[in-house]
Amino acid sequence: MISNLWAWLTSAENWAGSDGIAARLVEHLWISGLVVLIAAAIAIPLGLWVGHTGRGRWLVSATNAARAVPTLGLLFALALWVGPIIPGRAAFVIPSIIALVLLAIPPIVAGTYAGVEAVDPAARDAAAGVGMRPSQVLWQVEVPCALPLIWSGIRSAVLQVIATATIAAYIGLGGLGRFLIDGLAAGDYPQTAGGALLVSVLALVADGVFATMQRVIVSPGISGRSTRRREIVLAPGKPDASDGVGPVRTMSA
Amino acid sequence: MTWLADHWGDVWSLLLQHVWLSALPLLIGLVIALPLGWAARRWRTAYPILVTTSGLLYTIPSLALFILMPLVLGTKILDPMNVVAAMTVYTVALLVRSVADGLGSVPDHVTAAATAMGYRGGRRFVAVDLPLAIPVLTAGLRVAAVSNVSIVSVASLIGVPQLGNLLTDGYNRAINGELITGIVACLVLALAFDAVIHGVGRVLTPWTRVAGAVAAAGGGRA
Repeated sequence: MISNLWAWLTSAENWAGSDGIAARLVEHLWISGLVVLIAAAIAIPLGLWVGHTGRGRWLVSATNAARAVPTLGLLFALALWVGPIIPGRAAFVIPSIIALVLLAIPPIVAGTYAGVEAVDPAARDAAAGVGMRPSQVLWQVEVPCALPLIWSGIRSAVLQVIATATIAAYIGLGGLGRFLIDGLAAGDYPQTAGGALLVSVLALVADGVFATMQRVIVSPGISGRSTRRREIVLAPGKPDASDGVGPVRTMSA
Repeated sequence: MTWLADHWGDVWSLLLQHVWLSALPLLIGLVIALPLGWAARRWRTAYPILVTTSGLLYTIPSLALFILMPLVLGTKILDPMNVVAAMTVYTVALLVRSVADGLGSVPDHVTAAATAMGYRGGRRFVAVDLPLAIPVLTAGLRVAAVSNVSIVSVASLIGVPQLGNLLTDGYNRAINGELITGIVACLVLALAFDAVIHGVGRVLTPWTRVAGAVAAAGGGRA
């Protein structure tokens, strides 16, 4: 079984062409990228607004509760009810994109909200005290402090989207999921398992890339990369340098 | 509603399938995660290794994991054990962290007091540390249970019957009633699991309901 799988993965013929592995991989990447961008454009402002103003907390609870909706059911419902009103080939793509965006929003909202909520009130007061306007407090203090949690929200959204885009091949979406769904339908286990392996590797690599990016974009003063210098200054009363961005449980939000 | 009334028997048997496919991995996963979480707490170097490994396992998409299970286990693709094993992997991945963090939430002075009273090693773990970790542990279990119910439905794509069959069949034959029944049944089941775990957690931790007791113990995290 493993040798068949290996043969499928290494055959040059399977990699080339518009329905080859390379093309499907690119397709999977750009669908996931597009979906996460749309979801972030909706979810980050929403999370910032709830976290900054403290209003509309029910929105966060509602998005959390929405996670109990079975992803498969959401995909099928949108394909069945939204698909027919869209003309042409887009009828297969648009419902999938909508479903994926809907699934990517909750983790980003939860992360953004939890990040802003967890900002040390002293930092917020100090910012207001030195004369920052509310918008400056938000963009220059709250967002940089909340960035680690915002980013981890985006990271889980990315994984969710890569995984669900695979399943969306069942309702006609392209991407690597095609190998799994078409392979299952044809009883072609090497192709199915080959696709499964590729999607798993893609998810692992994407997660690794986002973890590395997190180190780069988060301010050194927050991620603790510059604590060596600060430790000397702050040593006496320093119970926990990362207090403001500590292990906040998004699930309790 | 008429669809549900006509197919009540089928829905019920699929529901029972769904219950054991999501509940059994939850129990096995908890049994495996307890010693792993304890080890992650016990040895400083074990924590990052265990948490990173479980994070990586959780990264693998569900459909891919179901499909790859036969390669690991040597089972047939239609064997429900593939689903049980894959769900157990996810559950362990989620719970190792909950167990470790839950044990970490036990205040040092409580541990010290227990040691002073003669509790040692395994006995202290069972009688003191584990009960105090229950609030954090049940929070993790609730997340795992709700996501298990959703992920199990994906198994209908590899031909393992459970509530997901209503979704797949409802879509394939464009029967709205069947699709809606499937979605609602999954939601109800997820909420039921959530409520049961929440309830059991409360019953097991009577001290959290005494006003001020949590604050006094210093363990007000969950």
